[in-house]
Amino acid sequence: MKIAVCVKQIPDPATPYQLDPETHLVVRPQEQVLDDTDRYGVEVGLQLADANEGSSVTLFSMSPSGSLQGIRQALAMGADKAVIIDDEALRGSAALTTARVLAAAIEREGFDLVIAGTESTDGYTGVVPQQIAEILDTPSLSFSRSVEVSDGTVRVERQTEGGYDVVEAPLPVVVAVTAGSVEARYPTFKGIMQAKQKPIDELTAADLGLAADEVGSGGAGQTITEVAPIEARQAGEVVEDEGEAHLAIVSLLEEVKVI
Amino acid sequence: MTAIVFSEESDGHGSASALELSTKAREFGDVTVFHVGAGAADAIAELGDHGATAVHHLDPGEGLPAAPAAAALADLIASEAPSVVLFGMGYTDRDVAGRLSARTGSPVIAAAVNVSIDPVVVTSEIFGGAERVVTEATASPALVIVRPKAFEPEPSGGGAPAVTVVATPDVGRSGSATVTERHVEEREGPDLEAAGVVVSGGRGVGGTDNWHLIEELAEQLGGAVGATRAVVDSGWVPYSLQVGQTGKTVKPAVYIAVGISGAMQHLVGMKDATTIIAINKDPDAPIFAIADLGVVGDVHQVLPKLIEELKARG
Repeated sequence: MKIAVCVKQIPDPATPYQLDPETHLVVRPQEQVLDDTDRYGVEVGLQLADANEGSSVTLFSMSPSGSLQGIRQALAMGADKAVIIDDEALRGSAALTTARVLAAAIEREGFDLVIAGTESTDGYTGVVPQQIAEILDTPSLSFSRSVEVSDGTVRVERQTEGGYDVVEAPLPVVVAVTAGSVEARYPTFKGIMQAKQKPIDELTAADLGLAADEVGSGGAGQTITEVAPIEARQAGEVVEDEGEAHLAIVSLLEEVKVI
Repeated sequence: MTAIVFSEESDGHGSASALELSTKAREFGDVTVFHVGAGAADAIAELGDHGATAVHHLDPGEGLPAAPAAAALADLIASEAPSVVLFGMGYTDRDVAGRLSARTGSPVIAAAVNVSIDPVVVTSEIFGGAERVVTEATASPALVIVRPKAFEPEPSGGGAPAVTVVATPDVGRSGSATVTERHVEEREGPDLEAAGVVVSGGRGVGGTDNWHLIEELAEQLGGAVGATRAVVDSGWVPYSLQVGQTGKTVKPAVYIAVGISGAMQHLVGMKDATTIIAINKDPDAPIFAIADLGVVGDVHQVLPKLIEELKARG
């Protein structure tokens, strides 16, 4: 089974995020990390590869800048190779362009199963997996918290507002997993050393047959006209608990008439 | 025709987001709702009561709805040429918005908190609600995914909408997913999204052994229990309790954050609570920057005393 896993490198989420005042794009430091959401996608891919003999796991990422630190992280977890689409023309791409680029790269490589996270931590439009599915003409099993493949059929538990549904579809399929789907492994030292030798193919939009007007900000169908910080809530009183702090909570609850 | 609102039926009702979005879309003119589900009379009536003058209804049966719904909605867009199609943050909402955009080439604008038309301008909140971004759509229609509770649902006093039954289109391989089982997880206490008081726990609660403290405090205050993504990921509580970007958005009168540091992904789901109380042992936790009252202390010391005090007051 050929398993494609879509991954994204993002600025460290522990640091405050900023938009460039000129371009309105997320400011990306040289060193980026693998989006935590994608660690689960990689893990699901690796587990399915282990359970289905003769499988491969290939990472796909549209990576606008920075080092490949996050990609190496996913390779160190155990993925076999990576395909990176890095192209100046892709700056300012909206979700649909990202999906077109990833779908074209995945189709070029061949696939049975595509796995993605539900949404990125820095962009969170949350529609790229479904867009890829529509482009590749497959079902999109989104919000999946458990994924099994047997006899060419994918079976997932898909979260719903009040519980979950079991959904089945024949391969090929795009699956978007939620963060709680599996316990993502940490790379071992051996994995980190092996990752340095693993192939990373680099492609441009033109390699994928995508025209310049289809990609980048020109193909976005939207333009950001204004960015402004939202006035933050004022921090209120902060008290150190010395055994009586619960009384401060009680008096605030009384004040707002909850008790 | 200016706006189409997406609705998905659940338990015989239209989605909460569809009622909010129909209320908003009335400002733009006649409201057409594209409704996916069994088509219960109550659901259709509620949509009419919130301003829908026309409801296009598709029943996907046991098929996963997104692919056929996107195809049918693309046809409706072609005939009605709306300026905007409004979606909520529901799972099917986002699936349909994504597939539809790839089908029609329409732009998707997400995390919206306000929308206007002529031209289509969308205000979104990003980075956990730290930045406001204004986006103008340069292609039509714009597919706008709106955050929950951005608009207050209000009945319009309108009558029953005209219902058009939409046949499920054959979308071939894309439509080959079927729902084989449906499970509803037991829920206790008040509804998280509607509760006046929410008590949420994070990793700082320490583990499932201590989770009863969150439940007891919620019970004392007649509130609902919530949780962070980290807690849900750890399997302490079900996903339906998650508050944040990928979970529920709550706007209670009082939100009590227990052992929650205040990651971007969590703040976006609760920052609009009227009063925020935070208890955390780390004085530098970002949650304190937005809390009306912050208690720097050990959850396991503060919570039992707080619960006792509330019990004593009856």
